Amino acid sequence: MNIVVCVKQVPDTAVERTLRPGDATLDRESVDGLINELDEYAIEEALRIAEAHGGEVTILTMGPQKAADSIRKALSMGCDKAVHLLDDGLAGSDALQTSYALAQVITRTGFDLVILGSESTDARTGLLAAMLAERLGVPQLSLASKVEIDAPAIRIHRQADYGYDKVEAALPAVVSVVEKINEPRYPSFKGIMAAKKKPVETLSLADAGIDPAQVGLAAAATEVVSWAQRPPRQAGTIVKDEGDGGVKAAEYLATQKFI
Amino acid sequence: MAEVLVFAEHTGGEVKKVTCELLTLARRIGEPAAVWTGPDAEAGRERLAEFGAARVYVAGGAEFDEYVTGPKAELLAALVAEKSPAAVLVAGTPEGKEIAARLAVKTGSGVLTDAVDLTGELVAEQSIFGGSIVVQSKVRAGTPIVAVRPNAVTPAPDTQAAPGAAELVPVDVPVSDAARGARITERVMQERGERPELTEASIVVSGGRGVGGAESFALIEQLADSLGAAVGASRAATDAGWYPHQFQVGQTGKTVAPQLYVAVGISGAIQHRAGMQTSKTIMVINKDPEAPIFELADFGVVGDLFKVVPQLVEQIGQHQA
Ligand SMILES: Cc1cc2nc3c(=O)[nH]c(=O)nc-3n(C[C@H](O)[C@H](O)[C@H](O)COP(=O)(O)OP(=O)(O)OC[C@H]3O[C@@H](n4cnc5c(N)ncnc54)[C@H](O)[C@@H]3O)c2cc1C
Ligand SMILES: Nc1ncnc2c1ncn2[C@@H]1O[C@H](COP(=O)(O)O)[C@@H](O)[C@H]1O
Repeated sequence: MNIVVCVKQVPDTAVERTLRPGDATLDRESVDGLINELDEYAIEEALRIAEAHGGEVTILTMGPQKAADSIRKALSMGCDKAVHLLDDGLAGSDALQTSYALAQVITRTGFDLVILGSESTDARTGLLAAMLAERLGVPQLSLASKVEIDAPAIRIHRQADYGYDKVEAALPAVVSVVEKINEPRYPSFKGIMAAKKKPVETLSLADAGIDPAQVGLAAAATEVVSWAQRPPRQAGTIVKDEGDGGVKAAEYLATQKFI
Repeated sequence: MAEVLVFAEHTGGEVKKVTCELLTLARRIGEPAAVWTGPDAEAGRERLAEFGAARVYVAGGAEFDEYVTGPKAELLAALVAEKSPAAVLVAGTPEGKEIAARLAVKTGSGVLTDAVDLTGELVAEQSIFGGSIVVQSKVRAGTPIVAVRPNAVTPAPDTQAAPGAAELVPVDVPVSDAARGARITERVMQERGERPELTEASIVVSGGRGVGGAESFALIEQLADSLGAAVGASRAATDAGWYPHQFQVGQTGKTVAPQLYVAVGISGAIQHRAGMQTSKTIMVINKDPEAPIFELADFGVVGDLFKVVPQLVEQIGQHQA
C-alpha cells in the first residue's frame, strides 16, 4: 500500500503568533516551527496501516526551507521517504491553491491512501481533506476517529456532534484524522539516526508541473483586507467564595438575564 | 436583487438555529434563497420564511444523507451555475466547511471559514490564532463561499417577510457516481440526553481536570441542565476518559462561541482558550486565584467547585421556580 501523509509545519501555538504588516501573511520566521499536532496522528495511523498491511509511507510537505526540520522528525517516527514542495512562488497560497499544489504532487507520486490531519493549528480551515478528495476524484473519509482496512474496502468512524457515522468506501481514498484516533509514537534513537539517510525529494513548481499563475499570494482566491489585535477583554469581577460563591454567581447570571 | 444561497441544516424538518443566523446575514447581501436536502421541506418552510428566505430549492432525494458531503456539494455547484448567486453561505461546522471546500474546488471560488460577521459587501470578520487577532477578509475569485461560525450573529426574523415567501422550488440534480464515493452505513448516536449541540448551544458549561473524575462530571451536567446548556470538557478531562472526546473544547477539539461559557476546574491553557476565547460572556469557577482562565472572566468565583457548583445549581433552580 502506497500511503501519502500530508504534513504541515506550523508555528508553535504556545508562542504569540502575528501577521506581517506588509502582506498580512503569517509571520513564520519569528516563531519555532513544529509538526501540526493532528498530522502526528495522521503519521501514526499511516505507520500502523503500513505495519499491518505492508506498504510505504511518504511524507508530503509544502512549505519553506525551515519545514525540512519537520520532515526529518516525521521520517524519524518511521516514515520511509518524503517529498518537500519548496518554491518561493507558493508563499501566501490559500487553501484552494494549496490543495491544487498538493494534488499535483500526489497525482505524480501515485497513492492508495492519502492521510491528513483534520485541521491545522495556524490556518484552522479544516478544508484541505475535502478539497483534496474533490481534486483527486476519490472518496472523502474525513474526521476519522477509527480506520479499518480490508482492501479494497476501507471503513472509518466519522466523528459527528451526536456520536459518529460509520462510513465505507473503496480505495484509493483520502482520510483525515481526529485526535482520538491513536497515540502518536515518539521517535526512537534508532529512528532518528535512520532518518538522516532517508530520501527527501525537493520539488520546485516546475518539477511538480504546477502552474505558477495558480498559486501564491497574488493569485489567492481570498484576501485579508485589514487586521488588528483583539482588544483585551475588560477585567471582570472576581469574588472569593465565602460560603456564598454559588449565590453570587447566580446573582450575576440573573443580572445578565441568563436565568 | 441577486440571490444569496443559504445551505439549510435541519433535523427531520426542524430548521437549525444556525440556518436562521445565516438567513439573517444573507438579507444584508441580497435575496436569501434556502437550499434544502432530503424530505420534510414543508415542515421547515414556515421558519425559513420567517427569517426571510424568498424561496427554497428542494432536492428531496434520500441520497443526500447517504454519502459524505459529495452530493450536497454537487447540488450547490449546480445551483451556483444556474442562478449565479452573489454568495453561498454555509454553517461553519466541520461538515459545513467540507461542503464549502468541495464547492470551492468545483466552482474555482474562494472560501472564508469561521466568519463571525459579514457585511453587505461580503467582507467577513474572522478571528484567528485562538482569537488573538481579528481580520477582515474577502473572496476575490469565483462565487464567495462563507462558512459562518454558529452563534456568532443573533438570528433576527425578517420584518418585511412577504406572505407566501419561502416558495418550495423542487430541483432535480442527478447525483454522480463520483459523489457517491463514501457511503454512510450507520449513524451511531451517543448519549447526549436532551442537551443542545456543543457548537450550536447558546450556553456551554465545561469541566476540566478539577472535576476529578467521570462520576463527578454529573455535577457539570447538572449545572448545564439547569441552564439548558451543552456540556464541554478540557483535554485533560477527555484524555483521562472522564468525558467523551467529541465534547473537547480547544485547539484540537471544538471551537465554541456561545453567549455564555462557564469554565469549571479549567486552568485556561492557551490551547483551551483557542476554542472558547470569543465567547460573549465567560464565567469561571476555579480554586486557584492565579489560574490564567481568570484573565478572560467576566465573572469569576475563586473557590472549590464541589461547594460552589451545587449551590449555584440550587440557586438557579430557586430562581426559575
Ligand atoms: C498541541 C496541543 C493541543 C492541545 N489541545 C487542547 C484542546 O483542544 N483543548 C484543551 O482543553 N486542551 C488542549 N491541550 C492541553 C492544554 O495544554 C492543557 O493541558 C489542558 O487544557 C488542561 O486542562 P485543564 O485546564 O482541565 O487542567 P489543568 O491545567 O490541570 O487545570 C485544572 C484546574 O482545575 C482547578 N481545580 C482543581 N481542583 C479544583 C476544585 N476542587 N475546585 C475548583 N477548581 C479546581 C485547578 O486550580 C486548575 O486551575 C493541548 C495541548 C497541546 C500541547
Ligand atoms: N502546506 C501543507 N503541506 C502539507 N500538508 C498540508 C499543508 N497545509 C495543510 N496540510 C494538511 O491539511 C490538513 C488540514 O489543514 P487545514 O485545512 O489548513 O486546516 C493538515 O492537517 C495537513 O495534513
